[in-house]
Amino acid sequence: MSTWLLRRLVQALFVVLAMTVIVFVGVNVIGNPIDILISPDANAAERAQAIASLGLDKPLWQQYLSFLSGVLHGDLGRSFVYNEPAMRVILERLPATMELAVAAVLISILIGIPAGLYAGLRPNSWGARSLMAGSILGFSLPSFWIGLMMIMVFSVQLGWLPSTGRGATRALFGVQWSFLTRDGLVHMILPSINLALFNLSLIIRLTRAGVREALPSEYVRFARAKGLSPMRVVGVHVMKNILIPVVTVLGLEFATTIAFSVVTESIFAWPGMGKLIIDSISVLDRPVIVAYLMLIVMLFVTVNLVVDLLYVVLDPRVRLEQQG
Amino acid sequence: MSVPALEVRGLSTHFSSRAGVVRAVDDVSFTVQRGEVMGLVGESGSGKSVTGFSLLGLVDEPGRVVAGQILLEGRDIAKLSDGEMRRLRGRHIAMVFQDPMMTLNPVLRVDTQMIEAVQAHEPVSRAVARARARDALGLVGISSPEERLSAYPHQFSGGMRQRVAIAIALLHRPALIVADEPTTALDVTIQAQILSEMQDLCTRFGTALVWITHDLSVIAGLADHIAVMYAGRIVEKGTVDQVLDNPLHPYTQGLIGSVPSRTPRGERLRGIPGMTPNVLNLPVGCAFRTRCGRADAQCEEDPPEFAAEPGHAHRCFHPVAELVA
Repeated sequence: MSTWLLRRLVQALFVVLAMTVIVFVGVNVIGNPIDILISPDANAAERAQAIASLGLDKPLWQQYLSFLSGVLHGDLGRSFVYNEPAMRVILERLPATMELAVAAVLISILIGIPAGLYAGLRPNSWGARSLMAGSILGFSLPSFWIGLMMIMVFSVQLGWLPSTGRGATRALFGVQWSFLTRDGLVHMILPSINLALFNLSLIIRLTRAGVREALPSEYVRFARAKGLSPMRVVGVHVMKNILIPVVTVLGLEFATTIAFSVVTESIFAWPGMGKLIIDSISVLDRPVIVAYLMLIVMLFVTVNLVVDLLYVVLDPRVRLEQQG
Repeated sequence: MSVPALEVRGLSTHFSSRAGVVRAVDDVSFTVQRGEVMGLVGESGSGKSVTGFSLLGLVDEPGRVVAGQILLEGRDIAKLSDGEMRRLRGRHIAMVFQDPMMTLNPVLRVDTQMIEAVQAHEPVSRAVARARARDALGLVGISSPEERLSAYPHQFSGGMRQRVAIAIALLHRPALIVADEPTTALDVTIQAQILSEMQDLCTRFGTALVWITHDLSVIAGLADHIAVMYAGRIVEKGTVDQVLDNPLHPYTQGLIGSVPSRTPRGERLRGIPGMTPNVLNLPVGCAFRTRCGRADAQCEEDPPEFAAEPGHAHRCFHPVAELVA
């Protein structure tokens, strides 16, 4: 168990290292942040001074090494634009993205699993057929288009729901949250549904497929032969078996949801990390880009770790030592 | 004689498909006394497993029990509602399945699966149910049952898993256990152990046993009565001695001839010529006549049940040997 954990962490470390190299080279190739950051009518002395203060006068490999030594001291660099530590800039936006992602995943679970169970147990019903058709739309229509349509219908034409921003927020543990106020919750409805649609469709189909696979199996027949109630057969025997694929996908999708909430946050002007990274890329704010990507990589690693640990709880046949 | 544990009268189970109606079980009747073992023998697709599932009301769509009575200790259970049938299953009538690797839920511990079986029928506490489960495991010859209860199915061997399944079937001391080829997937040595243990337990508790198999050699040592099924019908039934020593139906004779151990060394094994008929398109009259050397024009009529001697019946116009009654 501990060797397994250690190996996973070392692997993660290498992934992060590789990623930082790619970003350093990549951003350098795209363009020079100086051209964007410094006003065109600055004189040569001001330019030179600005370049030196950002550390951009040194060769790239030296910049990279000083970045690495900074990281070892817990410093991911200062944002060129905000002139604040890059991590702080990102962490300020993290709660907004987090609450949106959590809301989206909750919607996928709370609606997706029951709907998938229903579709699996009554595969020929009218409701199940429309669920299946709807779920195909759910993950084949581009989410920006669905987002725009939702704004068109619910905000512009019906005027029921707000289309932009987080609404009123309230502090909890020193962080501002939207879900604590009524206004904030109302603001969350459209973006979180938009973000959830893909996962929701996926969960519905996965659950349905799992139920269809489990129902004719011998262990379900044996459970019925024991005289168990249909509730127990479906709720325990079938459910525990289909949770394995559902948890895997949910875990991976949770990280993806956070990482790629870019589209939803842009459309609904949600002030989260996704919007920040888009803005940072357009002004080549390298420290923020690097710090953001490091955070995302760590997030993926952590979520995968949690999913693997959950496997052990769900499927007794999995033993981590043997996985390598 | 007291009320038999199980009496089946004219049971028919049909599957409707787009291509037509499959008469998987067609007018099947037999009786099993308390503590007795009845062997239900036939090839794959003969309807023996569907007969077993019909007894427990476990036939799934598109299949349906369309006719007949199933008298369990004198009470007709064929017409019971789903809920009533559920309360009966596992308590008065239990089933053991063919593949022990598949019958236990892989992600639930053995104690969970046993305790729920107890609690499904009796309002007892978890601790009491667990004690019952432990005793049942001990009964079927599992050593240190207390520890084994907390294990998962994959930590057991095939034979052990089948013992767990049998223990679950025995939890409520049912009147009848339907065993659907429970030893087919096991090693020969384990087979023999499990056979004799089950025989023992059923005699001890007076449980009737319907043993479904394709293997005549298993039945020969185990059963009191035999029913031979072919294409959904019982073509011959009687006591073990009657049927095995004196087979009357040509199909039964063919089956016995196909058992390797009965063929003298060096002689070619005698198979039954031809193939099992397509269940959607059974021959009119006797379903076996297309593979039968004795068939003639009369066989195109439905053969009724002939009683050759007390307890020995068959469905053939031209039985192999005429018995002098």
